[in-house]
This record gives sequence, structure tokens and C-alpha cells, in this order.
Amino acid sequence: MIHIERLQFRYPGASFALDIPEFHVATGERLAIVGPSGAGKTTLLKIIAGILPVREGRVTVDGDALDPLNDAARRNFRITRIGFVFQELELLDYLDVLDNILHTYRINPVLRLDRGVRERAAALAEEVGLGGKLDRSPKELSQGERQRVAVCRALLPEPALILADEATGNLDPANKVRILDLLFRAVERRSTSLVAVTHDHELLPRFDRVVDFLQFHR
Amino acid sequence: MLRHDLYLAWRYLSFHKTRTTILIACLSLMGTLPLGLHSLLDAGERQMTARAEATPLLVGAKGSSVDLTLTALYFGEAASPAITMAEADRVGASGWADPLPIYSRFRVKGQPLVGVRLDYFDYRKLAPKHGELPALLGDCVLGHDAAENLGLKPGDTLPTTPENLFDLAGVYPLKLHVTGVLAQSHTPDDQAVFVDLQTGWVIEGLGHGHTEQKPAARPQALPFGMAESTLQADARLVTYTEITPENIDSFHFHGDPAGYPISAVIALPHDRRAATLLKGRYLADDLKTQIVEPPKVTRSLLHNIFRIGALFDGVFALVGAVNLLALGLVFSLSLRLRRRELETIYLLGCSRATVFKLVLAELVLLGLAAAILCRLLLLAVDHYGETWIRQFLLS
Repeated sequence: MIHIERLQFRYPGASFALDIPEFHVATGERLAIVGPSGAGKTTLLKIIAGILPVREGRVTVDGDALDPLNDAARRNFRITRIGFVFQELELLDYLDVLDNILHTYRINPVLRLDRGVRERAAALAEEVGLGGKLDRSPKELSQGERQRVAVCRALLPEPALILADEATGNLDPANKVRILDLLFRAVERRSTSLVAVTHDHELLPRFDRVVDFLQFHR
Repeated sequence: MLRHDLYLAWRYLSFHKTRTTILIACLSLMGTLPLGLHSLLDAGERQMTARAEATPLLVGAKGSSVDLTLTALYFGEAASPAITMAEADRVGASGWADPLPIYSRFRVKGQPLVGVRLDYFDYRKLAPKHGELPALLGDCVLGHDAAENLGLKPGDTLPTTPENLFDLAGVYPLKLHVTGVLAQSHTPDDQAVFVDLQTGWVIEGLGHGHTEQKPAARPQALPFGMAESTLQADARLVTYTEITPENIDSFHFHGDPAGYPISAVIALPHDRRAATLLKGRYLADDLKTQIVEPPKVTRSLLHNIFRIGALFDGVFALVGAVNLLALGLVFSLSLRLRRRELETIYLLGCSRATVFKLVLAELVLLGLAAAILCRLLLLAVDHYGETWIRQFLLS
């Protein structure tokens, strides 16, 4: 699913540098990335998602090389292939739960919002226990419910790869398990892969593989 | 895609109702204030000009020609000093013009009470929509708006009241009979309560009707000196406060009618030469009266009003610019507050151009709502402008 070779990345003017000689994730694999803050975990996820450009090295995701893609092509790639659950999830209070799940479709011209997508969004919400709260504002939801909405938003386009950046960071233990179950279920059902950055060491045994990111920090 | 941009913008704006309402109100007022002012000025100009153009010459007390014009043409509250009926006779006797005396000193329940002769209605092309013109002493006919404001119709009565508690010798309380309501003319006549000049003088206290009463019989017949339709004026007289077929013959005036007060005389010259000759009569400095040309007075007044209007334009432009800057600041601060939200939208795959489009859609909706509100307010100004001008500017 993901093949990275000789990837080097440095933010302009920063001393921090990411140096990954080789990194692979298999299709259907559930990979956890751990490491101290500032080690470059989120940076790697952003490179894989096409948010940050590949300046040196080669990154291939689901057969597509990202390094030759321009901004627009990387954006299209991100919209259609990647489901990203952000560390600081940002649901929009002025939209209800259903509209938050559909948000990606409303802001991206390459995605078509039709009745089928709406039904799929409602089914996803039902699956995560939010079926009766579709018309609620995120302000009215608990933190765990909000995180579930964010996961639904990431899963709705049926991505080939799910990236989760501290998706369980601010949750109580029960909700952590619930979110992880949700992501794992999506991987199993849709034959996708999951790369999750986490600091929750108690959750690590559930992943297929754990990569300590300190080895890539230079 | 535009549909989605507008939908998201609509949801954002409707979620932040207070902020949105304030922004729309500020934006719409920026347009409404200057445009509304000009609309009002235009309405005022139309109304004043039309009225003035239809009144070639006006004779009144020496002093402010503006006050005289406002009193005689628009029945303004600031009445100009009175002249005597002799002035109307003088204009008529000249053979150069037909006089139309007007007496508009009083107000009844806020409406101007105007004493005229019947030829005034022909001259202003005023015809009753309901009922008929006043034929008898004590009758009145109401302008269209006056009838609405007072809630009266033909057959009703309208009591005049003293202007104030200390005006003991002033207004005679008289119960007027409403004989008709005039068709709407969209002029100050709509606001007026018209009576015959003589009725005006009765209200002034110059004419009255009474019957003599024996002092001995008074306490039994009229306890406290009062009866339902009468008022005790002195020890011997019962003065009527309502003119009826039974008591109308007892009404009479004291003194020379030529000395009775009027506010002004509209002079209708027979031709241009007659107008010039008539104007020449009022050139002497020692006269207590003057003759004015309402169109000239009105043009001068409008010139001043438009100068003030231009000043307001400058003020509105300045306030509008400051308002716009403040709105820009508010909007940019709100964008700063929404930085995380906009960043998320970008991370979800939205291009910077689309983020800009989303913000633009909000501005478009705000502008559209403000334009609609502005248009509605201007329609209201257009619709009610002439009435407001009559009620507030010319009264």
C-alpha cells in the first residue's frame, strides 16, 4: 500500500529533518507509529496524504507516486484516496452532524454529493451510534461522539488508506476502544490500510505492527 | 459547487445570527441613509414645488416669507402673524386678482383647522369622496388623512378645544359637524380639517350664539352653570357650544368683519400684467403686509434644504467609509478566529481558491441580504416619504 524510499524532508528554516531510508505498509495492515513529540510522525502522515510535497525521495501510495504530483494533483489524490482523522479534529459547529460528515463532499468539486452518499453517511452515523443525532450541532455532543463524527467524515469517501493522527488522544478509555474498533472495522470491511499515530501504549498490542519513529529523526 | 458554497455560507451566517444581523443592518444602512435622504428630498421637492407652482401670489403679514408660505400652503404649526380680512377685500377690489382668504391658526387633535371659502375647494380641485362640502356654520369637511387619523366620517362630530389652559380668551370650544371627507389629493390638504371662514372666527371667539337667561331660573335649570350642549359664559348668558338648526339664528359677530383675522390671502391674478401691478402695490416699506411668490420662496427654501442634503451626503460618505473599515476589521478578525476551521477545510482537500470562494459566498449573501433590506427600506421611504414630508417637515 505504502512504499517510501530515501525520503528526506525539512521545513524551511527549521533544524528538524525527517530522514526515512525505507518504510512500507502492506494492504490491509494496521500500523501504529509511536515516538516522542516533534519526531516527525504528523509530518510523515501529511506527506503520505499529499498535504506536504515530497522534495527528496520516493513515496508511492496505492500504486501512485506522489513525488511528481503538483499541488492540485496531490489534493485530488488526498480527496479520493485518503481518509484523514486529524489530531485536532475540527468539526464545524454551524453544521449539524450529517452535514459535518458530508462536508468533504461539499467543498471538493471532484466528489459528487448525491442521494447514495447521503444514505451512506446516515448509515455510517447509525453504525457508530449517532443515528439519532444527525441534526445535532457538534457543540451538543460529547468528545467521544465528536471524534466518531470525525471518523465518519474520514471514512465516507471510502478511502484506500486511513491515516489517524492521535485520533484517541483526548478520549476516555471506553471511547478509545470504541474509536479504534471503528477504524479496525473499516479496514477489515473495505480492505484498506490504517496508519495511526498514537501515544496510547495500552492500545498498541491491537495493531499488526508498531514502528518507533525515533529512528527516523535526525 | 456554487450551490454548496452558498449553502455552507448560509449555514454559517444563520448560525451566527446576531453577528450576521448586525453586519446586514450596518451594510444596508450605509445604502439606505443617503439614498433614503435623497428620496425624501425628492419627494419634498416634488410636493413643495407642485403646491407652490399652483399658488402664484400670496399676501400675508410682513416678516418671514418662508413662514408665510409654510402657513398658507402647508398649514405649518409655526403660524405667521395674522392679517385682516380687509386685505382680501383689497386684493379683490383691485380688480387684478381673485382673493382666496385662508385662516389656519388652529389645530384640532393635531390636525390643522383651516378656515376657507368654498371657492378654495374649486381652486385646489378638492372634491368630497364621501358626504359633501360644509354648507352651514359649524360644519367641517375632513382631508383624507385627517379623516383616517381622527377616525371620523360624515355625520360624526369633532370638538375643538382650547389651545392651552391659560388661553382663556382663545379658542372657543365648538362641536363641529363632519359633513364630508375629501378625496385624497396627496397634498397638505389631506391633513386639514376645513371649515368656513366664519366658523373659524367663531372658534376664535369673534362670533357666538347665545340666549339670555333669567338669573333666578338658572340654578334649577342649569346646575353648576352647565348643560350637555351649552356652556355658561357669564351670569346671564348661555353660550352655545354646538351650532344646530335651532340655535344657528342666534349666532352673530361683533365688530367690523373687515377687521377679522386671516392668515393669508392667495391672490389669483387675471394675467401677468395684473400680477405685476398687484405686486407693485406692496412695494411700499410702511405697509404691514407683503406679497410673495411661493414658487420663488420654495425654490430658495429647497436650495437651502439641498445644501443641507449635500452636507449630509458628505457626512454619510464619511460615516459609510468608517463603517466599511469597521466591517472589514470585524470580518478579518472573524477570519482570524476561524483560522483553524479554514485550515481544516484546506486539509480536507479544499484548495485555497475554494476557501476564498467560501468566504466570498458569505460576503455575497451578506451583501444580497443588505441590498434587499436596503431596497425594502427605500420602498417604505418612497411609499411613506410624501406623508412624512407633510407631517414632519412641512407641519
